[in-house]
Amino acid sequence: MPTKLAITGAAAVAHAMRQINPDVVAAYPITPQTPIVEYFAQFVADGAVDTVMVPVESEHSAMSAVVGSAAAGARTMTATAANGLALMFEIVYIAASMRLPIVMPIVNRALSGPINIHGDHSDAYAVRDAGWIQLFAENSQEAYDMTIIATKLAEREEVLTPAMINLDGFITSHGVEGVEILDDEAVKNFVGLWEPKYPLLDIDNPITHGPLDLFDYYFEHHRQQQEGLKNAYKALPEVFAEYEKISGRKYDFLDLYRMDDAEYVMVVLNSAASTAKYVVDELREKGIKAGLVKPWVFTPFPKKEILSALDGRKAVVVLDRAMSFGKEAPLYSLIKSALYEAKEKPMIGSYVYGLGGRDVTPSMLHIPFEEAIKGELDPNDERYLGLKE
Amino acid sequence: MPKYDSWKEMPIAGVIDKPATAREYNTGTWRIMRPIVNKDACINCMQCWLYCPDMAIEGKVKEDGKTEMIGFDYNYCKGCGTCAKVCPVNAIEMKPETEFLK
Ligand code: SF4
Ligand code: SF4
Repeated sequence: MPTKLAITGAAAVAHAMRQINPDVVAAYPITPQTPIVEYFAQFVADGAVDTVMVPVESEHSAMSAVVGSAAAGARTMTATAANGLALMFEIVYIAASMRLPIVMPIVNRALSGPINIHGDHSDAYAVRDAGWIQLFAENSQEAYDMTIIATKLAEREEVLTPAMINLDGFITSHGVEGVEILDDEAVKNFVGLWEPKYPLLDIDNPITHGPLDLFDYYFEHHRQQQEGLKNAYKALPEVFAEYEKISGRKYDFLDLYRMDDAEYVMVVLNSAASTAKYVVDELREKGIKAGLVKPWVFTPFPKKEILSALDGRKAVVVLDRAMSFGKEAPLYSLIKSALYEAKEKPMIGSYVYGLGGRDVTPSMLHIPFEEAIKGELDPNDERYLGLKE
Repeated sequence: MPKYDSWKEMPIAGVIDKPATAREYNTGTWRIMRPIVNKDACINCMQCWLYCPDMAIEGKVKEDGKTEMIGFDYNYCKGCGTCAKVCPVNAIEMKPETEFLK
C-alpha cells in the first residue's frame, strides 16, 4: 500500500533515491539542493540503503566521481543546483557522451550573478544541449515520480543517456506537500536490476572508456547520442504507461490542462503551472476558453506533441523563467520553431517571469492572457512579468 | 579503435571493446612527407628504428645476429622526419607526399 507523507520536495526525491537504492551517490551540498543530499546521507547512515556515499569537495569532483562510478558499472546518482551544475559543466557533457545513465535531480536556481540562491530555470537551460534527458516536475509528487521514471528510462539499452529531473528551488524543494510514496518493493521491481553494457570492472572483458576520438569517429558518436535521445522519445510513453500501472499516476510528454476546446493557451514549466492552472480556472469561470500546456519532458523536446496541442488555437503565450541574452527566451524559441509547421498558426507572445525567485502571482499570469485576448501579442517582443519597469 | 564505416555499427561512446586495437589505427593518413631510404647508403645501424616515435620502421635480426633495416610501414609513419634527422649517414630522404599522388 502506498503511503501518504507530508514532506518537502527534497525529502520526496531523497525517498525515491532510497527506494532506487543506487550503488553510488557522490554529491556536494548546494542551496537549495542541500536537503536532498542531507536526507539521503541520513538514509545511508541509518543503513536504509546499500549505497556508497562519496562526499566530495566540489561539484566538479561530484560529477567526475559519478562518471567513474557509472563507467565501472554501478547504478549512480547525484544531485545539484545552479552554480554547482555550472561547476560540473565540463563533465556533464562527458557523462552524456560516455552514455552513462546517471540520474541527477536539479533543484533549479538562478545562475548568478549578482548573487542569488532562489529559483529560476537558467541552470536547466544552460545545459540544455549537453545531451541529457531533461524532465520537469511541477510539485513534490512529480519530482518523486520523475526520479523513478528517469532511472528506468536512462538505463534502457537503446537509450543509455543520463537524466536530470528539474524541480523548482525552495518552492518545490522546501515546501511541504502531501506526497504519495510507493511501496519499496514496487519501486525496486519497477527499476529492476541495472546491468551495465560496458562495465570497467568486468575483468574478463577488458575495455577502454573515454579514448581519443578526434575527427575519426567523434561525429558518429554524437550521431549515436542523437539516436539515444530519439529512442528515449520512443520509449517514454512505454515507461510512463508502466509507471501508471504501479502508481495510478498518468504522465505524458505534455500536461494538458483544460485544453480540449482552449483558444488561449499558456505554456509554462514547473511550479508556476500550478498558479497558471488556477488562473485558467478563473478565466474559464468568465467564459474565456483558456488552457495550459506544461511540458513534463523538455529533452527530448516533444515537438510533434507541441505542434498538435497548439495548431489552430487563437493565441499561445510562452513563459520562460530565464532569459537567453540577445536571443529569444529558450522555451519560447523552441515553441515558436515547433509552430513553424502549424496549419493554422496561432498568435504568439514571449513572457519572462520569476527570475531569481521573483514571486509569481495569479494577477501577473492574467496579463499574458489579457494581451492575447485583446490581440496585442507581438511574436518579436519579449515582455516581462513583475519587472520594476 | 578498429575501422568502422557507419555510426550504426560502432560501439557507443567510443568504448574500445577489444584490447590492443591501437595496432589497427592508421596514423599514416597524417603524413605529408614520406621517408625514402637509400639502401645502398644504409649501414643498418637501426638508429631510425630506435628513434621512430611510432612503429613505422621495419627491421629484423639476421641469422648472423646483425640487424637489418628493411623499410617503412606507411600505415603508421606520420612523416615526422625524425628518422631522417638521426640517420648517421643521411640515408633517408623526406619527400613530399604529393610526389606519390597519381
Ligand atoms: S618519418 Fe617519423 S614516423 Fe615515419 S618512419 Fe621516420 S621517424 Fe618514424
Ligand atoms: S639510421 Fe640510417 S643507416 Fe641506420 S638503419 Fe636507419 S636508415 Fe640505415
